[in-house]
Amino acid sequence: MSAAAPGPRRRPATQSAEGLPLPHASVCARLRAVLAVAVPPLLVFVAFIVAWLLGSEVLLSPSKRFLLPPPQDVVSVGLLDAGNASEIFGGLWLTAKAAMLGFALSIVIGMSVAIAMAQASWIERSIFPYAVVLQTIPILALVPLVGFTLGYDFTSRVLVVVLIALFPVITNTLFGLLSVDRGLHDLFTLHDATRWGRLTKLQLPAALPAIFVGLRIAAGASVIGAVVGDFFFTQGQPGIGVLINLYSAQLQSERLYAAVIVAALLGIVVFVAVGLLNRLTVGRWHTDTRAR
Amino acid sequence: MTIARAPADSTQQMRATDGLSLEHVSLRYADGTHALDDVSLEVRPGELVTVVGPSGCGKTTLLNIAAGLLQASGGRLRRAGGSVGYVFQDATLLPWRTVRRNVELLCELERIPKDERRRRAVAALERVGLCGFEEKYPRTLSGGMRMRVSLARSLTLAPRVFLFDEPFAALDEITREDLNDELLALFAHERFAALFITHSISEAVFLSSRVLVLSSRPGRVVADVAVPFAYPRAPELRFEPAFTALRRTVSSALTEGHA
Repeated sequence: MSAAAPGPRRRPATQSAEGLPLPHASVCARLRAVLAVAVPPLLVFVAFIVAWLLGSEVLLSPSKRFLLPPPQDVVSVGLLDAGNASEIFGGLWLTAKAAMLGFALSIVIGMSVAIAMAQASWIERSIFPYAVVLQTIPILALVPLVGFTLGYDFTSRVLVVVLIALFPVITNTLFGLLSVDRGLHDLFTLHDATRWGRLTKLQLPAALPAIFVGLRIAAGASVIGAVVGDFFFTQGQPGIGVLINLYSAQLQSERLYAAVIVAALLGIVVFVAVGLLNRLTVGRWHTDTRAR
Repeated sequence: MTIARAPADSTQQMRATDGLSLEHVSLRYADGTHALDDVSLEVRPGELVTVVGPSGCGKTTLLNIAAGLLQASGGRLRRAGGSVGYVFQDATLLPWRTVRRNVELLCELERIPKDERRRRAVAALERVGLCGFEEKYPRTLSGGMRMRVSLARSLTLAPRVFLFDEPFAALDEITREDLNDELLALFAHERFAALFITHSISEAVFLSSRVLVLSSRPGRVVADVAVPFAYPRAPELRFEPAFTALRRTVSSALTEGHA
């Protein structure tokens, strides 16, 4: 596995689909492919900004403009002002730390639990109901309880993230581990594979695509969990959720919008990072069966 | 643990248990389904025995019992020591491994050192004509090539007993005949004991020294047809009158067993 080798999906630049040496055509084709991916969402983005601008500047009278400040004000006041920006990004960093730590714990705990459940059906039967309970009780109802018991600081925020992100990791990992092809299992049985060999050489790699589905859901949920945790646990340094609450109470709408946007960006960054990791590990061999 | 390959001439004189034998094997599931009824068969080293039968007659079940994947409810199984080569209906490759790493898998499970593993994998790939494909992923290969990889994988442990479960059923006729020719070449070289399940009568007659015909469920051996053609067999054998006559014999035994 050499790092210099081109990805399997890409053809060498000197070959067209027909195998003819047409480097120029292939560069053009790749450019067109990139544009086809990038342009439609960009257009939607532009349309969104224009609608925002019109809504703010045309529909709202100046006295009510604080309800929806124009995008340029959100950027200049909320993000470009050094004092505001350091407050917002400081809060974001704290929330991101809680989200990341909680996400990491969810991965470790969730995968361990799923691996244990995959070993024997009695373990699965004993644990699974509680995993479902974890998912079905409204997390918001648990959050005050967590604060009451563990205090209102960082630990509690991380715990809320784990509570919200754990279930998708468990279910998707378990699903992946249990959907391994029967013939492959027989092959491992024939050669007296150990439990460990079967797990590491067969089940875990086979489950990776499903695991990543779970990680993507859990990644988004972690950010939500961290922000929700902020709302409730205001002790210590303020996270982005605390700031959002504060700004809305103080009618500081530019900063409020900036904080919300930044929190959304955190979610997107985490989601994209997991997607990238997926592509790097599983993309080499796994193909989805969607018609192209 | 390394498995030494026996010298070619000594395999000829091996006792019966150096191949594979099933004695009065039957299988009845807990729900009362009678899958196999008193099946006895023997495959000696250097013998390739095919089993044909209507679908659902328990051919694969029989093979699973021979492999030890399934416990028979009655009868005896005797098999040569060492690992058994099992070639599945699908290539059963690990899609996340390259061709070479797929071929190394069994040696890995048997804890054979890395250098030896690699040496055997390269040698096995060479024998099935897949040099230069070592670093490809399975999804980039055709069905026939994947089956070759699967064959190469089973060759790495040099098993004395080979079990084939309709390995070429999903392939087109041309690819299948190619692989039949190649399998016979491997067989001529290795002289293992092979039990080969198929539902192609032509494939059965072309490959084997004996064709066993199973009845429909519960599976019983209803005919044991000797195939007299000497190995190595040329591809042209398929067009000889004697070949066609044998096909007819097997075919009518199959029809009678079905009735």
